[in-house]
Amino acid sequence: MRASLYARRRRRNAVAMSLSLLATMIGLGWLVLILGVLLWQGLSGLSLKVFTEMTPPPGSDGGLLNPILGSLIMTGLAVLIGTPVGILAGTYMAEYGRYARTTTVVRFINDILLSAPSIIVGLFIYEVMVAPMGHFSALAGAVALAVIVVPVVIRTTEDMLLLVPNPLREAAAALGMPRAYIIRHVAYRAAKAGIVTGVLLAIARISGETAPLLFTALNNQFWSTNLNAPMASLPAVIFQFALSPYAEWQKLAWTGALIITLAVLTLSIVARAVTASKRPS
Amino acid sequence: MADAALGQEVAEVAIPTRAQVLVRMRLADKAFQYLTHAMALGVLGLLGCIIIALFIGSLPALRTFGFDFLLTQRWNPVTDKFGALAPIYGTIVTSAIAMAIAVPIGLLVAMFLTELCPLWLRRPIAIAVELLAGIPSIIYGIWGLFVFAPFLQAHVQPLLIDVFGEVPILSSLFAGPPYGIGTLTAGLILAIMVLPFITSISRDAFEAVPAVLKESAYGLGCTTWEVFRNVVLPYTRVGVIGGIMLGLGRALGETMAVTFVIGNAHKIAPSILAPGTTISATIANEFTEAVGDLYTSSLIALGLILFAITLVVLALARYMLLRVERRLGA
Repeated sequence: MRASLYARRRRRNAVAMSLSLLATMIGLGWLVLILGVLLWQGLSGLSLKVFTEMTPPPGSDGGLLNPILGSLIMTGLAVLIGTPVGILAGTYMAEYGRYARTTTVVRFINDILLSAPSIIVGLFIYEVMVAPMGHFSALAGAVALAVIVVPVVIRTTEDMLLLVPNPLREAAAALGMPRAYIIRHVAYRAAKAGIVTGVLLAIARISGETAPLLFTALNNQFWSTNLNAPMASLPAVIFQFALSPYAEWQKLAWTGALIITLAVLTLSIVARAVTASKRPS
Repeated sequence: MADAALGQEVAEVAIPTRAQVLVRMRLADKAFQYLTHAMALGVLGLLGCIIIALFIGSLPALRTFGFDFLLTQRWNPVTDKFGALAPIYGTIVTSAIAMAIAVPIGLLVAMFLTELCPLWLRRPIAIAVELLAGIPSIIYGIWGLFVFAPFLQAHVQPLLIDVFGEVPILSSLFAGPPYGIGTLTAGLILAIMVLPFITSISRDAFEAVPAVLKESAYGLGCTTWEVFRNVVLPYTRVGVIGGIMLGLGRALGETMAVTFVIGNAHKIAPSILAPGTTISATIANEFTEAVGDLYTSSLIALGLILFAITLVVLALARYMLLRVERRLGA
């Protein structure tokens, strides 16, 4: 009786452990599978032409130059708009309002915004920018992306500033520095790596975002740098091309997907490296 | 004499400048403080603005259809009759499928990472899981459309139809031709997408369990599974549920991965193999093509519903994770 209970427990343990091993293998297997297919499909279409030619009309060859440019412009603009807002708000939460009630509320709301559906952001910007202006525009797309950047930057800025040891601030205050000076010249400097990481993660996050661009920046078949007109972006082009019946377009969609994934993975790995290099000191 | 006079002169010049500098510093200080404060409050304003904008945008639809909007499944742009039931149903069913698969697998992977995995392998696997979480959803979408859906259509779905064809209730759940795309496919893709979130949050929770607790259970002769089941899980319950809710929030609002593979059919089919639609997929597919105020407004109303659902889920998730943080801090 005793022996059988023991055997049963051992058996149950073995089953559970093999299940967990299996689950891990499945989880990692998906990653390998997805990246493998992506590399396979994307690399076969990757050539210099992708970076030098415009998106083609259906049924002919071409590249992804205009969507790549559009993505770069809108991502850059979004970071320019979103980063200062995020850093300043994070500064309030970690410095001036560290113990304020507002901070708790803002942090809670910010954490919700951090994982709110991005398509809602698209609808919101459509309502407040596209509809009043009467047309889709790259600017609206950039603002939509900026709305996604802000929570990410706020979160990391606050976390990183909270890690800056207080004696540093006290020492600066003892020298007679005003608060704003201490924050800008001592706290920011100490937390620089972390804040940069936050910005990099935000870029990684928005460079693959499609939903907020669909009805703000729309898409554009042609080369355009006009911020007041629709602009192509890699994710939107992938969406359009992948769902099309044309083989050339589908191939370009895979190549675009590979470019985005590589960019995102590189950014996240660089972001990790930046924090890792700063941690010990 | 001359020296003293000179000194006095210098002092006379310096003192007002110093006062000015102090005033300027104080002003700059205040300005910076107010600026940061305004930006922090801006976050609250942003949430408010989103809700207000969506509400105003959906007013025409809500006024026309009233409460019926939530309860009918007709969706007819030609006659301008809209109801949100089919997308709401699709959103809930796909998320339910995703959670049913991702939660057990995610917890098992987290258990593997904290209890079984050799130490040198833990960090690489954890990083891989987090990179998986960072892959943009459109990649999952294109992969699902070109690789996963054809695979399901050719191998998995015929099998499901065959196996469950004779079973009373399940036969209607797995009925119909194997389209490849459909509710089940979308649910599976969502499961793959939320798996990393659930894994990394539950791993963090499991790692916070004090070693003493686990060691004493081992000391009593518990097996690894028993320690996990009776010590680790109860201790981390709130955090794990918070992580699951966070994953659920993602699944509910996920757009691109679903839009590719759901089939966009505005009809509630009993079979999960049939094409369906979700709130986010409907918006993504139809918004730019929507003609007429009522159509656009109905889509925005869908967005409002989605936002309301995810806000509740995410708020609960954050509240639970906050409770864990407080306990750890105390």
